[in-house]
Amino acid sequence: MAIVKQKMLALNGDEAVAYAAKQSDVDVVAAYPITPQTIIVERFSEYVANGEVDTEFVCVESEHSALTACLTAAATGARAFTATASAGLALMHEILYVTSGCRAPVVMAVVNRALSAPINIHCDHSDSMVERDCGWIQIYVENSQEAYDSIIQAFKIAENPELLLPIMVGLDGFTLSHTLENVQTLPDDLVKKFVGTRQFTLVTNHEGKTVPFKLDPKTPVTIGPLDLYDYYFEHKRQQEEAMRIAPKIIRQVHEEYAKISGRRYGDGLIDPYYLEDAETAIVCVGSTSGTVKTIVDELRSKGMKVGLLRLRTFRPLPVKEITKALENVKAVAVMDRSLSFGGHGGAVFHEIRHVLYDAPKHPYVVNYIYGLGGRETHPNLIHKIYRDLQRILETQRIQKPVQFIGLRE
Amino acid sequence: MFSEWKFTAKDIAEKPDLFMSGHRACAGCAPATVLRLIMKALRGPTITTFATGCMEVVSTIYPYTSWKIPYIHTAFENVAANASGIEAALKILKKKGRIPQEHVDVIAFAGDGGTYDIGIQALSGAVERGHDFLYVLYDNEAYMNTGIQRSGGTPHGASTTTSPAGTVIPGKLENKKPIADIMVAHDMPYAATAAPYYWRDLITKARKGIEVNGPAFLHVFAPCPRGWRSDISKSIEISRLAVETCIFPLWEAINGEYQLSAPSKVIALRPERKKSVREYLQLQGRFRHLFTSKFEKVIDEIQRTTDGRWQRLLKKCNIA
Ligand SMILES: Cc1ncc(C[n+]2csc(CCOP(=O)(O)OP(=O)(O)O)c2C)c(N)n1
Ligand code: SF4
Ligand SMILES: [Mg+2]
Repeated sequence: MAIVKQKMLALNGDEAVAYAAKQSDVDVVAAYPITPQTIIVERFSEYVANGEVDTEFVCVESEHSALTACLTAAATGARAFTATASAGLALMHEILYVTSGCRAPVVMAVVNRALSAPINIHCDHSDSMVERDCGWIQIYVENSQEAYDSIIQAFKIAENPELLLPIMVGLDGFTLSHTLENVQTLPDDLVKKFVGTRQFTLVTNHEGKTVPFKLDPKTPVTIGPLDLYDYYFEHKRQQEEAMRIAPKIIRQVHEEYAKISGRRYGDGLIDPYYLEDAETAIVCVGSTSGTVKTIVDELRSKGMKVGLLRLRTFRPLPVKEITKALENVKAVAVMDRSLSFGGHGGAVFHEIRHVLYDAPKHPYVVNYIYGLGGRETHPNLIHKIYRDLQRILETQRIQKPVQFIGLRE
Repeated sequence: MFSEWKFTAKDIAEKPDLFMSGHRACAGCAPATVLRLIMKALRGPTITTFATGCMEVVSTIYPYTSWKIPYIHTAFENVAANASGIEAALKILKKKGRIPQEHVDVIAFAGDGGTYDIGIQALSGAVERGHDFLYVLYDNEAYMNTGIQRSGGTPHGASTTTSPAGTVIPGKLENKKPIADIMVAHDMPYAATAAPYYWRDLITKARKGIEVNGPAFLHVFAPCPRGWRSDISKSIEISRLAVETCIFPLWEAINGEYQLSAPSKVIALRPERKKSVREYLQLQGRFRHLFTSKFEKVIDEIQRTTDGRWQRLLKKCNIA
């Protein structure tokens, strides 16, 4: 299919998300407001109030109920969407696991924000990084265009009958959520067609019948039973099996979408920038990669072999792709916008260093904790990181494997 | 508002069970009886959802299930949100023609812990939003699934594992929260109380709760011999005594208008039929310590509270 004519709209990240959800023919939205996600809920409420969407909007009394209602709506056969941030995601914590465990393909936008205390409404990735083990696919976007594109893709990925995995799409609070950007949007009918209607996985019910996996009085199933030591383990393994095939489906959907939109983000899993011959590289997630790209351009124009690996999909972790992308790099700096107190570095660092341990050639890998609570990530910091990496190559020594950057010492 | 559904005992006996035997509830478990009776009140396609608790645990141990209708459990404190999501999905899927046009009823079940305490937020929210569902509170007056801990629904004087009767403290010091009145205060179209001894009244009320357009709340008294330290053959009799002592009067509130149900109305009209709370308390080991000289005055307090609440109820029903 040819790339279609698109309409440019001036949208902030939240509006881009709401617009994508609107076009994706969502059946049920249950959400609760929290800065910096609020605009998503407000815009969606307006769509409902103006009859622009065919959606049941459940204006719940908490995030716990928001995700619960999305879970059971999805289990009833609906396409379900919610959005939250920070404390809201933390309040959902219990139900995140229940959603993935019930194989409910809910799509959620997480507008990344710091966790209390002290209370802070600005961006970091603490809220979603701490949820990385909860059985959800996690995608982090670089800009509002990608937020729009990723929400549309997310429905098609999550609802794939082979997968049935919930997805959270992370976009940086304020930096993306509240900043106007020109966003190319696809025609309504095309998005609707791309996402399609839900197809249901067939399962064997307790009566031995093959039935669609949903709450349907014609074909009763029991969802969410007590599952003890005799079966629980196998069921958890099944979730992990789904995670194993998820990269293939994420890539497929990303490619299919690229064919109509003309937009690609690497292969949908990782988004490498000048890595082919890079000697030093930064790895990060989210909007900071935009800043890093500018510095890479600048340094490249001076002949320095620097590059960037933006992790777009953090769960499942694209192990093969990361290894391949970084195997010839000599020194890698991982930037983490969250902190694992008392651990050895941040969440992304843990994964990257861990993956590279098995790579044929170990590059040096160091970690920078940056930008907590919305602290600005000045281009100078990125320059410093590339200088540090250069120094590691010159001295063949890591002085500090994990350090903070961009704060008062 | 309600259909003229009439049924005989035979109809009920012959109506196929939808909550099947083989579940793991204790002998004499009234909550299990309550579920079975309520399933007899169904009028058509129905989806049910449960809060974590005894009835969820005993009815769905994988790979078995006692449920002949679609069932989902997600967590302890959110069953009303479960129902909200199901109802919202049914509504929109029907509108879009993705499911048959027939009406599907939604029934949520939770224990007292899942209702009075941890689940009250989700319940209050779902009722305020006006979802069309029946919420059944099966009240066995403690967290039984986790080993008989007190809840906001545990009555004054009861010994539980977190309000144990000691040498100085006579069991739970606080009164039972008037949960059904709290629900009526939500201006909901239908709220009622029921007890399994009065099975006909129970089934009728469940049916009304299903039929009513919008949220309905049914508070069912459900003795638990395990937690109440009562004889397994006495559960239904205890539910009768709870009504006869006015500890658990039977009433319904239709659009906020209270009216006594027959078994309690009889007592209102002939107060001499009202039994002393002692008759009720003495059948249960959880109140045993009250029958000692040290704690006996608690029985008088329970009597006073019961009488006070009964009088207030009569006023709400425009009697006396
Ligand atoms: C968030 C959370 N807290 C605590 C528990 C542990 N828990 C499971 S069931 C239960 C008590 C259930 O009591 P109730 O609602 O009265 O139902 P019953 O078991 O008495 O039928 C508790 C405390 C839980 N599952 N989830
Ligand atoms: S502990 Fe009580 S409520 Fe639970 S199954 Fe046994 S009798 Fe029923
Ligand atoms: Mg209980």
